[in-house]
Amino acid sequence: MADGTTTVSAPALRGFAPPARRSSLRRFAQRRSTTAVLMCLPLICLIAGLVVYPFFYSIWLSLLNRAMTRFIALFNYRYLLRSDTFQLVIFQSCFFAITAVFFKALIGFILAHVMHNISGKDQKLWRGVLLVPWVIPPALSTLGWWWMISGDYSAINWLLEQVGMHPVAWLASTWWARIWVVAVNVWYGTPFFMIMYLATLKSVPDQLYEAAAIDGATWLQKIRYISLPMLRNIISITVLFSLIVTFANFDIVENLTAGAPANTTHVFATYAFQLGIQSGNIPLGAAVSLFIFPILAIFSVFILRGVGRRAQEGI
Amino acid sequence: MQEPSKPSTRISRRSAIKLGAAAAALPLVHMQTAHAAGNLRLAFWDHWVPAANPTMQKLVAEWGAKNHVNVSLDLLSAGTANDKMLLAEAAEALAGTGHDVMVFQAWGVQQYHQHLEPIDDVVEALVKQYGPIDPMDEYLGKVNGHWMGFPTSIGTQYKPSCARISLFKKWGYDVQQWYPNKPGNAKTADAWTYDLLLKLAPEAQKAGKPFGLGLGLTTDSVDWTGTVLRAHGGVLVDEKGNMQLRSDAVQQTLEYMIKFYPYLPADTVTYDDASNNKALISDSSALIFNPPSAWWVARRDAIHVAEDCWTFPMPNGPKGRYNTHLPFFWGIWSFSPNKTAAKELISWLQQRAQVETLCDAAVGYDIPPFQSMHDFDIWSTVKPPLGTVYNYPIRPWHDTLTNVAGYPAPPHIATQLYTNATLNVMIVKLAKNKEKMKNVLDWAENEINGYINM
Repeated sequence: MADGTTTVSAPALRGFAPPARRSSLRRFAQRRSTTAVLMCLPLICLIAGLVVYPFFYSIWLSLLNRAMTRFIALFNYRYLLRSDTFQLVIFQSCFFAITAVFFKALIGFILAHVMHNISGKDQKLWRGVLLVPWVIPPALSTLGWWWMISGDYSAINWLLEQVGMHPVAWLASTWWARIWVVAVNVWYGTPFFMIMYLATLKSVPDQLYEAAAIDGATWLQKIRYISLPMLRNIISITVLFSLIVTFANFDIVENLTAGAPANTTHVFATYAFQLGIQSGNIPLGAAVSLFIFPILAIFSVFILRGVGRRAQEGI
Repeated sequence: MQEPSKPSTRISRRSAIKLGAAAAALPLVHMQTAHAAGNLRLAFWDHWVPAANPTMQKLVAEWGAKNHVNVSLDLLSAGTANDKMLLAEAAEALAGTGHDVMVFQAWGVQQYHQHLEPIDDVVEALVKQYGPIDPMDEYLGKVNGHWMGFPTSIGTQYKPSCARISLFKKWGYDVQQWYPNKPGNAKTADAWTYDLLLKLAPEAQKAGKPFGLGLGLTTDSVDWTGTVLRAHGGVLVDEKGNMQLRSDAVQQTLEYMIKFYPYLPADTVTYDDASNNKALISDSSALIFNPPSAWWVARRDAIHVAEDCWTFPMPNGPKGRYNTHLPFFWGIWSFSPNKTAAKELISWLQQRAQVETLCDAAVGYDIPPFQSMHDFDIWSTVKPPLGTVYNYPIRPWHDTLTNVAGYPAPPHIATQLYTNATLNVMIVKLAKNKEKMKNVLDWAENEINGYINM
């Protein structure tokens, strides 16, 4: 047409349609988000295969009868909640995880500050030494601890005897056994907290501490008003991460006490192994291992919400 | 005249491909001929006696070569913290793939019977050849009247008394005279009762060698308290699945154990399956209830202890003498593609000659399922002292019945009584924690009700 616009007939439009689809496909393929998804696809498949599928499969298993031939809904969960032994397992798991994480965070926090104040080469050396417990496989290090505290021929009892004291059957007493499994977990997990806090401390500007010192702040005030606020997010995340790992701990309890004395040191993982694998009741074992999921989910929501809020506020 | 054309010698492309394919397949045909009966994958128990595994490997290879079967053998460890056997059983049962023959300890056949092939033909043929099988093997290996696993000798054990000869002599009892290394036992052996065991316990403690008997949650602890209960005529759950917790016999057993507890080692409640062995080997215990593994290690590491050890039957109780029988089974998965070969191998390995070879290699640790095979030379010849394990297999004059803790409850209940160590937890609550009898019985009733209704 004279004005430069063109009227295109319908058949002609139909003729041009495929190139238009091709170009939108090309645009879709060229989008950065598409590329990102494609590149992540192998990982997504891996997680789906190794995490998502087993998770839903274990939920399904926990709803079956012992022989895995009949759907029994929530019967396994109801049975567990009525069992005195399982109530003891819930108590012990919470005691174990909460106490261990508290002490790991506390000692890790203190060690990080001590490390931060050591200068140069010495810091590298001490950092390396303190990381040793974390890099030894826990099954092995627990065996070492067991040799030190077992009731019969342990190193600690030998030392007690050398100074004229009676040997102690550490793992035969319910509370001593509980304390020792927590202590070994703290020994193993503290370096993780220390290294995370130390890394964060290194990013805190020194000027803040210098200004506080000029204002006459004590070391406690510096920790309370500078270190703690600056480390809040990393503390939240490490505590959450460690709670998840500690609640799921198996090897320390299994190697140190295997639930003895009289089931008082069993945690979810060891009790799930006893019921699921040793007793051959896989659905009941699955129910035990899933029990912790809602508790950890609630913890995660609250902690991550706090972290997100502080990040938005720029704290 | 035109000569008739010669047949063409040119090979067509199609023929060349056929020829090539045939040539490529030749080695496969050859391999199939060499191992015509296919493949067989075995998962057996990883024996702790060093010579036992190579002997088994040799026998299996010999059978494979004779029968043209490709046999591969995997050895799986069993134990509290490294139980590859239990994990492999569960994984293969759920996945429906894996080995052809799988090893099971004690309760395994009952747990996975729906995934196993019945082997009545194998067992019945061997029973015809060698006589009856132990009743506990039948209890653990049969489901709904069908044999689902074969009670192999490999790893199968009794747990009789193993005591220090000199200490018992000091207390006035000659265990070698009670049960000599020849047929028959002395009349004085009648003194060997649970009452005497309790009477000697303070003596052993005073001598700094308390009886190495555990009240933990693992098999050795569960097994011996199970025999004490049976010897008092008690069961926690009867064969019909009814709870018998509040019977006089259970009450008597609990009272006996309360009296016994103060004389047991300080760490008895945390005993695992190695603790009793260590107690004996380290010269810290006068008696344990165990297979000869502890004596065997003492022979290697503490010869003066081994020379002073004697194995003999369990004490007698008001209702009889019971010895723990903890068998291992070989089961054929129902998904196995080569069940015939698996059955043939099991039958061959259970022939007297093979069982004796394996038993010799294991220095007499393994107990054959047939009473008729309890006369192997190995138990008479090993030393020191000569004949120390002569009374390890149950002899006709021992007047002993076998037991597995939890029997005679239906196996799905008994498994839970066993693995949860219900009786031992009751004893610890009463004897160590000083809880009231009524509270402990109420606790146990609640637990056992759960097992029954599961």
